[in-house]
Amino acid sequence: MIFETVLITALCILMLAILANLYRVVKGPSSADRVIALDSVGINLIASIAVFSVLLHTHAFFDLILLIGILSFIGTIAFARFIERGVVIERKR
Amino acid sequence: MKPNDVILKSVTQVAAVIILTFSIYLFMNGHHHPGGGFIGGLSMASAIVLLYLSFGIEKVRENIRVDFKKLAAIGVLIAIGTGMAGVVFGQPFLTQAFGYRDLPIFGTTELASALIFDTGVALAVIGTAVNIILSISEDR
Repeated sequence: MIFETVLITALCILMLAILANLYRVVKGPSSADRVIALDSVGINLIASIAVFSVLLHTHAFFDLILLIGILSFIGTIAFARFIERGVVIERKR
Repeated sequence: MKPNDVILKSVTQVAAVIILTFSIYLFMNGHHHPGGGFIGGLSMASAIVLLYLSFGIEKVRENIRVDFKKLAAIGVLIAIGTGMAGVVFGQPFLTQAFGYRDLPIFGTTELASALIFDTGVALAVIGTAVNIILSISEDR
């Protein structure tokens, strides 16, 4: 019982962290701020999925953790290339 | 001036191997655990997209000599072929069979023909996803 309370408290704190990141996504002055805030939202999602799978006594979500990590990495790289050079996938003229 | 992104290229060389291994893992344990042909194909397509992002279209195209339109067509043909195999043996369309065999390394393994159907699904998904992204990125 006390264990579940600790886990739900951790989920609430992670939700507050995601809300703070979403504030930075909405308010951020430059687009690099928004990209970094979205990357941080992805990391907080990974943490909350881990806590949630402990809460549900299942290990069916462990693949999802790795998959969100991969997709967040690729998305951040694509946004960074778009901000820096204007094209996402390069090719010769 | 050609930009030099050493960190991105060397991270990609390590990460692409890990993502490809993870996609094959997701594809192989789709029978008893979460995973399967669709998500395995999508994560392999994301690994190929990561290679395209960091090395450019021409260098990947001369190293991975696969026509992704033909890959999608081959995947659909494999999926239909496993369905037609049920018809050949007098069963309804898309009937799946399974059996237990003694393999050299793995021991007694359950071999199901749903794996071949999943191979077709995965090839179709890889071909379609990479083909969509490539045809968007070439602005013609």
